[in-house]
Amino acid sequence: MNPKRKQRLILISAMVIGVVVAVSLILLALNENINHYFDPTQVVAGEAPQDHTFRIGGMVVNGSVQREVGELMVSFGLTDYQKTVTVTYDGILPDLFREGQGVVALGKLKDGVFVAEEVLAKHDENYMPPEVAASLKKDPPQAAN
Amino acid sequence: MNSFMKWIHKWGSPPWFYRVSGMMLPWLTGLFAITLVYGLYAGLVLAPADYQQGDSFRIIYVHVPAAWMGMFIYIVMAVAAVVHLVWRIKIADVVLISSAPIGASFAFIALVTGSLWGKPMWGTWWTWDARLTSELLLLFIYLGIIALHSAVEDRQSAGRATAVLTLVGVVNIPIIHYSVVWWNTLHQGTTVMRLDGPAIAPQMLWPLLSMAIAFKLYYVIVMMLRARGEILARETKSRWVRELVGGE
Repeated sequence: MNPKRKQRLILISAMVIGVVVAVSLILLALNENINHYFDPTQVVAGEAPQDHTFRIGGMVVNGSVQREVGELMVSFGLTDYQKTVTVTYDGILPDLFREGQGVVALGKLKDGVFVAEEVLAKHDENYMPPEVAASLKKDPPQAAN
Repeated sequence: MNSFMKWIHKWGSPPWFYRVSGMMLPWLTGLFAITLVYGLYAGLVLAPADYQQGDSFRIIYVHVPAAWMGMFIYIVMAVAAVVHLVWRIKIADVVLISSAPIGASFAFIALVTGSLWGKPMWGTWWTWDARLTSELLLLFIYLGIIALHSAVEDRQSAGRATAVLTLVGVVNIPIIHYSVVWWNTLHQGTTVMRLDGPAIAPQMLWPLLSMAIAFKLYYVIVMMLRARGEILARETKSRWVRELVGGE
C-alpha cells in the first residue's frame, strides 16, 4: 500500500473510531432514558420516578388476573421473577395479553399499586406451531430460557 | 498480487463492470424468481400458523428480510465508502449512491410492516423504544446520504462528502442489532441470529431464509441496473461507451 493511501486509511479509521467513542459515551450517559421500561425490582426499590408517568415491564403472574364483573377494570401481578408489582388497568387489553406473557404498561404509581393508562403486550422471540408449543408445555426442556 | 485481488481490481473498471453485470443479470433474475416463489409459497401456505400469533406472524417473511437488507445494504455502502476514499476507485462511488435508495426503501418497508404487525400484537402502531428509534434513524441517514449527494454540484466532492457521511452513520448498525440486548425494549429479542441457534421452528425458518436470499438477489439486480445507468451517464464521452451504442 503506498504511503498516501495508508495515510487516508489511517485518517478514516481515526474518524470512525472517534465517532464510535463519542456515540458510546452519549449512549452510556443516556442509558436510563433509553431503557423503555423499569423492571418490578427497580420499582419496588424506589428507582422509578414518583408522581410521574413511567413504563413498567415484566411477566404477568400466572393466576393473578382479576376482572371486575361488568367492567373493563382488570388487575394483575407483574413480575421479573424477583419482585412483583400489582397493576390495575381500565381499558381494552391487546390480543397477546395473557398470563405468563410479557407486557409493558404505562402509568403512575399510587400507594404501591401501578395504575396503568396503556398496556402493551410484549412478544417474545419464539416462533413455533401450536403442536410444538403443546408438547413443550407437557414436557419442558431442561435448559432454562 | 494474487489472482483474487486481480479479479477484484477488474471490477473497478467501468467497461468490465458494465459487461460482466450485463452477463450476470439474467442468471440473478432467474435465481431471484425461484427463491421468491418458494419463499412466498412455503411461508404463506406451507408453514404452520404460530401458536400465539396465528397467521399474523407471516408478516415476518417480509418484515425480517427487509430489516436485514436495510442493515446489509448499509454495510455494503460503508465498504464502498472506504474503497472510494482510500483507493479512489470510481465504481465504489457508483455502487454507494446506487445502493442508497434501495436501502432506504427496505428500511421504510421494515418500519411499515413492523407497524402493521405492532397494532394487533402489541396494541400500538409505534413506540419510542431503542430498536424502533434506531431503525427510524437508519431511514433518516439513508435520506441524508441521498440528499447530500444530490445537493453538491461537483461530482467528485459529492462522492467524497457522501462517503464520509456514510462512514459516520455506520455506528448506527451495531446499535440497531444490539438495541434489544443492551436496553429494555418493546421489540422482541433476536430470533434467528443467536449463538444458541434460531428460536423458530425449522418449517418456519426455511421460507424465511429463502426470502432473505431473494431480497439480497433483488438488491444486487436493482443495484446493478442503477449502476449501469450511472456508469453510462458518467462515461458518455469515453470511447467504449461510443462503441457500445454504435455512434461516433
